[in-house]
Amino acid sequence: MQLVLEKRVERSNTIALVSPLIAIGLTIATMTVLFAILGKNPLLALQAYFIAPLTDDYSLQEIAVKATPLVMIAIGLSLCYLANAWNIGAEGQFLIGAVAGSWIAVKTQGTDAGAWVLPVMLVLAAAAGALYALIPAICKVKFGASEILTSLMLVYVADLFLDYLVRGPWRDPHGFNFPTTAEFDPVATVPLLIEGGRLHLGSIIALLVVAAAAILLGRTIKGFGIRVVGAAPRAARFGGFNANQLVILTFAVSGALAGLAGIIEVAGPVGHLQPGISPGYGFTAIIVAFLGRLNPLGILIAGLFLALTFIGGEQAQIAMKIPLDVTKVFQGILLFYVLACDSLILYRFKLVLPNRQVPRGTG
Amino acid sequence: MELVEAIILAVLAASTPLLIAATGELVTERSGVLNLGVEGMMIVGAACGFAGAWLTGSIFIGALFGIVAGTLMSLVFALMTLGLAVNQVATGLALTILGVGLSGLIGAGFVGERITPAMHLYIPSLTDMPLIGRVLFGEDAFVYFSIALVIGVWWFLYRTRAGLILRACGDNHVSAHALGYPVLRIRTFAVIFGGACAGLAGAYLPLAYTPFFIPGMTAGRGWIALALVVFSSWRPGRLVVGAYLFGAVTILQLHAQGWGVGIPSQFMSALPYLATVIVLVLLSRARTGGSTAPAALGTVFVPDR
Repeated sequence: MQLVLEKRVERSNTIALVSPLIAIGLTIATMTVLFAILGKNPLLALQAYFIAPLTDDYSLQEIAVKATPLVMIAIGLSLCYLANAWNIGAEGQFLIGAVAGSWIAVKTQGTDAGAWVLPVMLVLAAAAGALYALIPAICKVKFGASEILTSLMLVYVADLFLDYLVRGPWRDPHGFNFPTTAEFDPVATVPLLIEGGRLHLGSIIALLVVAAAAILLGRTIKGFGIRVVGAAPRAARFGGFNANQLVILTFAVSGALAGLAGIIEVAGPVGHLQPGISPGYGFTAIIVAFLGRLNPLGILIAGLFLALTFIGGEQAQIAMKIPLDVTKVFQGILLFYVLACDSLILYRFKLVLPNRQVPRGTG
Repeated sequence: MELVEAIILAVLAASTPLLIAATGELVTERSGVLNLGVEGMMIVGAACGFAGAWLTGSIFIGALFGIVAGTLMSLVFALMTLGLAVNQVATGLALTILGVGLSGLIGAGFVGERITPAMHLYIPSLTDMPLIGRVLFGEDAFVYFSIALVIGVWWFLYRTRAGLILRACGDNHVSAHALGYPVLRIRTFAVIFGGACAGLAGAYLPLAYTPFFIPGMTAGRGWIALALVVFSSWRPGRLVVGAYLFGAVTILQLHAQGWGVGIPSQFMSALPYLATVIVLVLLSRARTGGSTAPAALGTVFVPDR
């Protein structure tokens, strides 16, 4: 007896809707086992991970703060993936955006620079992120180099560049030798939405990005082109959509969004430039994009959910001494289940019995 | 002279994990499967390898732990991409994300611990020979194994029938299937071989390269191994050249700091990654007359019944 895959005649829309939920359910079941192996009470651990962060105002704001970069990056990545362009270097574009924006903040520190500082920082960060993403895009289009490998290599380069700046030229002279820039001036920081809270303007920007992506994909020819190039490259060629051009465009947009997310994180919740400003946002955003079915609204929900796992992971570490790496394991397992469940949209399982001829044309 | 010898030894040591991981991935890709999870399998191999050696005091058992860890990871990948026909790129990324987390979790208890690293070969008089003695007769077992592995893979791919069938699966899975070869089974074995190699390559780092474990110690070597497979045009011979070239770049970067070159260390550390990008661009550009990659690389295959 053997289980085999059989292609469905039509993609199953029901499964397309419920598959992320099945994936989350399976992941939580797997985590329960993992918690038990770690010698922790699974019920208490799950409570710390998924319920506790939803019960107080501070954690709820924190979830929105963490979801902001995830959603912004994942929206950009989803455009790439829809067009069948594999940008996996968003982490590097995020860091370069943070660096480019911080440049203005560092240069204007202690001067009487006006309200223009923050807008310029945002624009510069987006431009730098876009340019950084264009390196792998152009290498792919012009030379056929794998964008997967080049974009990823540039993550390490960006990380080292940031490290150099905060240990060298941009180091805070009064920072007790810590590798960090001085705290940004008020004109160089993202304003808070709630006085004394954590929620900041970046979350509004993320929502605008979601809306813009929904309009782009659902209502414009460009968005249609992105979908067609990804889903049916041959048809796209006949339809006059230029795949190379869309690779460049989607990479530039996703780089710009990652760069913007980078400066918003630094000029917002962090407040200065230092190594380790990202707990892997660029990589987690890949999961967000897939869990959200490459759909803007889906990505918003998925981003909030993964932000919950970051906050829950921190709370579980404090409350139950569960290692922080469990969060990464959780995210990895979740991506596996999401991908596996997606397979059921296009295929279905079939049992094949041995030594018996299955008549053709049936089943 | 001693400096030259020391540099060659260092280059060989730095190249070995790249060579082992890339050789495994070459076989996987030759069968038509693109496993981007090499970094994830390596990093779990490093944690499990160290754990095995620390618990038992044996480098050999540590290496076995690494191999088993890489194999298990690759089995998950095979189940997903071959069993469930999931996109190979996305699954490979998932494997790396999971691997980084698992490695941190497994290795957490071992940070700060030390082991006695793998012994180097010593044959009296032969190893004592000036210049070539230590290079040829004074390496650790992994170095010799890596060379035997490449030769074995070359022989398998080009001199055996099984190797021919494996390459056929990578170039045209529909024809291979039509001829009656079990494409998915062959690919599963190729993926497992790649995983075992990646696990061993990861284990090499804490068992022979440095005698301790730190989180994230693979530092992108798995991705460089993937680039090396492209660099080699999927040929084992060129893979050796590529791996040693990259090992040399890594060592250059380390030594330049010692020699007091006035370049910030971070720029030197970025060298292997930048070299990878440049190599990928130059090679892809040179290959304008059609790619040498296995024709079915990365494509999903669901046998028709």
